[in-house]
Amino acid sequence: MILSVSCGLCHVTPAPDRNSCPTVSAGEKAEIGVMSAVRSGQHTRPMCFLLLLMILQLGLHTAEGVWPLPQTLISSTERFPLSPQAFYFGYGSQSAARQGCSVLDAAFKRYFYLIFPDYTSGRWNLFSDKNEKDGTLRFSVDKQFTVEVSVDHDDCDGYPNESSSERYNLSVFSGRASLKAVTVWGALRGLETFSQLVYQDDFGSYFVNKTDIEDFPRFQFRGILLDTSRHYLPVQAILKTLDAMAYSKFNVFHWHIVDDPSFPYQSRTFPDLSSKGAFHPMTHIYTQSDVRRVISHARMRGIRVLPEFDSPGHTKSWGKGQPDLLTPCYKGDIPSGTFGPVNPALPSTYQFMATLFKEVSVVFPDSFIHLGGDEVNFSCWKSNPYVRAFMQKMGFGSDFTKLEAFYMENIINITSALNKTSIVWQDVFDYHERIPKDTVLHIWKGTPASYYAELSRMTKAGMRVVLAAPWYINHISYGQDWHNYYTVQPLNFSGTEEQKKLVIGGEVCMWGEYVDATNLTPRLWPRASAAAERLWSDEKQTSNVDKAFPRLQDFRCKLVRRGIQAEPLYVGHCKQEYQGV
Amino acid sequence: MLLKFAVLLLTLALCQANRQPNILVEDVEDVEPAFEPSRFGSLWPLPQKLQISQDSFKLGSGFRIVDGKGSSAGASCNILQNAYRRYYEYIFGGAKRQGVGKSRRSGPSELTELRVYITSADSECDGYPSVNSDESYDLSVVQPFAVLKAPKVWGALHGLETFSQLMYEDEYGAKSINATAISDFPRFAHRGILLDSSRHFLPIKVILANLEAMAMNKFNVFHWHIVDDQSFPYLSRAFPQLSQQGAYHPYTHVYTPADVKMVIEFARLRGIRVVPEFDTPGHTQSWGKGQPDLLTACYSGSAPSGTFGPVNPILNTTYDFMAQFFKEISSVFPDGYVHLGGDEVDFSCWKSNPDIQKFMDAQGFGKDYSKLESFYIQKLLNIVTTTKKGYVIWQEVFDNGVKLKPDTIIHVWKGNQQQYQSEMANVTSSGYQTLLSTPWYLNRISYGQDWHAIYKADPQDFKGTEKQKALVIGGEACLWGEYVDATNLTPRLWPRASAVAERLWSSKDVTDINDAFNRLSVHRCRMVERGIPAEPLFSSYCPREYKGI
Repeated sequence: MILSVSCGLCHVTPAPDRNSCPTVSAGEKAEIGVMSAVRSGQHTRPMCFLLLLMILQLGLHTAEGVWPLPQTLISSTERFPLSPQAFYFGYGSQSAARQGCSVLDAAFKRYFYLIFPDYTSGRWNLFSDKNEKDGTLRFSVDKQFTVEVSVDHDDCDGYPNESSSERYNLSVFSGRASLKAVTVWGALRGLETFSQLVYQDDFGSYFVNKTDIEDFPRFQFRGILLDTSRHYLPVQAILKTLDAMAYSKFNVFHWHIVDDPSFPYQSRTFPDLSSKGAFHPMTHIYTQSDVRRVISHARMRGIRVLPEFDSPGHTKSWGKGQPDLLTPCYKGDIPSGTFGPVNPALPSTYQFMATLFKEVSVVFPDSFIHLGGDEVNFSCWKSNPYVRAFMQKMGFGSDFTKLEAFYMENIINITSALNKTSIVWQDVFDYHERIPKDTVLHIWKGTPASYYAELSRMTKAGMRVVLAAPWYINHISYGQDWHNYYTVQPLNFSGTEEQKKLVIGGEVCMWGEYVDATNLTPRLWPRASAAAERLWSDEKQTSNVDKAFPRLQDFRCKLVRRGIQAEPLYVGHCKQEYQGV
Repeated sequence: MLLKFAVLLLTLALCQANRQPNILVEDVEDVEPAFEPSRFGSLWPLPQKLQISQDSFKLGSGFRIVDGKGSSAGASCNILQNAYRRYYEYIFGGAKRQGVGKSRRSGPSELTELRVYITSADSECDGYPSVNSDESYDLSVVQPFAVLKAPKVWGALHGLETFSQLMYEDEYGAKSINATAISDFPRFAHRGILLDSSRHFLPIKVILANLEAMAMNKFNVFHWHIVDDQSFPYLSRAFPQLSQQGAYHPYTHVYTPADVKMVIEFARLRGIRVVPEFDTPGHTQSWGKGQPDLLTACYSGSAPSGTFGPVNPILNTTYDFMAQFFKEISSVFPDGYVHLGGDEVDFSCWKSNPDIQKFMDAQGFGKDYSKLESFYIQKLLNIVTTTKKGYVIWQEVFDNGVKLKPDTIIHVWKGNQQQYQSEMANVTSSGYQTLLSTPWYLNRISYGQDWHAIYKADPQDFKGTEKQKALVIGGEACLWGEYVDATNLTPRLWPRASAVAERLWSSKDVTDINDAFNRLSVHRCRMVERGIPAEPLFSSYCPREYKGI
């Protein structure tokens, strides 16, 4: 990233030392006024002193303000005014996608309001009147600016997938920006970047600096897990999270939709699962149309929806609506009345799972299905005489990991037959010798030392891996814990280049024990944004926490401005504070 | 029936926490709280004396809260009339259901009225609550009229909250209440919440929402830590440049006189005192921006370094300024107390300044800078005394041996359990009144159910005589603002602060953590229903989840 100013002998790089979001205080208005005059052509040459002031004040208004940091970025202090009355999105003449492209048409509308937040509240007119009376900006008010978008593939009606290109090039010139991408998903990332380049001066006028960006994600898989079983999250809360994910360029929503405490997914084939297993059968469920709405909202933002139906453990709530699915635990010779994991000894279990996953594979278009497979407690299986008899029959001896492996293999075969890629928690790799090669492993345990070892082992076995262990963001502590999420080095394990390529990405997990709609958003943001930069940006350019701090503070104020209640990193303020409660 | 309402007000507690990396699991105790309905329903904080019977009555929408005949406060009493409307809306979920069943006659088991009697001649309706206010009340729910009696309006407000907490919905959604007799009063007179509007500016709306939540938990003091190093959002009439220069923004990040008035009146209507804190001589960086020469210039060698330290205690202008400033504060804030801070004074800047060294010599303070601090505080206390206010100060002022007036309140905030308990013992054995905050620094967060530790702390658990214990007037939950602003304040504070509320209100022997969990789970859902985004205690659900997303 280069940020330099050429003006005689002045070479200035702004120091990232702000404690607060960039605002221009009243005392600095005078300089800005003169600056505006400079821009409107009343002086032919900007004076060095003024330019220096401008850079110090607006340092963060240059391209440094993009989060996560683009791969390469060259920006100048030359800036162009934008007016909502003369601002347009358009398709380039060579673009494969044209007007009518659902994803981009909707994105243009969305980003117009994100770029001009005052426009919606009608405040713009007020500002522009003031400016006209002031006289300094009249020159620029009506100048047209067009963002011209070109993509190579017309994938407007598809879904993003594990091999979608998200690469884009963005160039901002006078009166025009050119955004080029391979896919519409890349174009979405570029639009987000463009929206973050635009800033307002203290009079409310909008500007964008001359900028050149080439950008692409470091990792293909950049996910957020939400847990809707331990607490039910209203659809509105999920949609809002998807909005915020797009602002940080996340691209996978891992929906841990069911678990022990509740089964809110309303199944078409097994409606009893939610009518008996949800916290409430009417108010605390996701209907088919809710699910479609989430998937569609995500698609429009280039986000995949990866559903998790975790078994054989973590299934207590399933048992309420599906008799005989769970293993009855025994106390001595008689059933104790409690239930354990899914019963792996009954053929009916696999028939049920095949039917359920058939439905899931149709409802969720993504090519991945998360099968869970973690934390299986063997004590109930051990207590059950029928399970023990099954063990004998299968020749498993008393090794219950073999039983578990048998079960998972059956489930993975079911999803393979449905042409889906399975993703499972790391436990499955630990106990399963013959795990199919195209299965993706999800690391969630341990300290850096132990997850590095796990990464080495798994990639050596040729398996693809997603790393979640360092990003268990539900764990909170006092202070600036975002440092921990930012300084993770996902590829810092011993292994060949080929092995490193098998790490397809990472995931931020927000488990739901202590989280519901009341506190989800401020707990997630901007802490998850720290992980977002690690997963998108070049690690060498983004390894310094102190450099990241003012940029992340700036970004969190952007989130607040966009209505996302992202909590503060430290003392300071945003120009526009959050106005809810 | 109590059991019926169990069906509705349920929070489920289930299962081991998922996928906790092993290192952390060990830190998290007690992961499996099991919810079951408490025999005390969802009352929070638990009243001092109560009897709940199995007989239940229905509340039709014809139900009214009315002034009792002969009550000393009537239709002209704003506090009560506003409260009637507020609690009617809490009970019936706003105006939308009014009118339904109006013509229906009251059945045999219907409760038609709550009659509110203020029993003493002076209801204090037009006054402000104080540390001496009588907050007691008696509530009797019998058919067909429930009766609430309180000597003063302050007790009536608490009684209305209690009444609304007795109400529950049966499985068909009908409002029900059981026959109940309650006689209630607070264990401690001072039950406070500190919010810090300097490290982050808190929009008025957030402050008001938290006053609402405070009333739901019978807190009665809003300790407004309004200014500090980081910013000076209080717009002073006498010294407008303080916020003009010292606030984060001179217009969008300030509290105008009208804002402050609104907060005070909103609080008064809920029986809550507003105690402002203007912390000096440390924690004053933001003051210096608008008030030249107020702060001590720090020196690097023999030249000023350009940085500033605490308030300059050797200049007469300092005391002229403070006299005028606190005169304004005493008239803007009606409460009988101001909080004068006095904590964490860093002596290094004073030490560096040659004029201060000279002054020290002249006064015969030697190298003992705590004597200089004493000197400053003494003069400040004299100034504040002339405004007829009492004062609260942080414990350091006492620790440093500053001579204090006997009615000074010492606010304990430092140390671990052993240290704060011995501090409480010292303070009270010196005859001073005291407030405890150390175990209730709620800005400090950790993973898991940290409300347990908050709940277990007791301000009278220290070695001392009964007389000493009586000097403990209460405590405060503090939410310092380094990491808190409007985006996360409310869920971080609630329901964790509710744990403090019960400790400060209920009888000392109310310590059953399981029963507390059962009541608090439902109480937090009630706050959510009333629009307060109080966070969950554990895996569970509320019948009506938070909708303000």
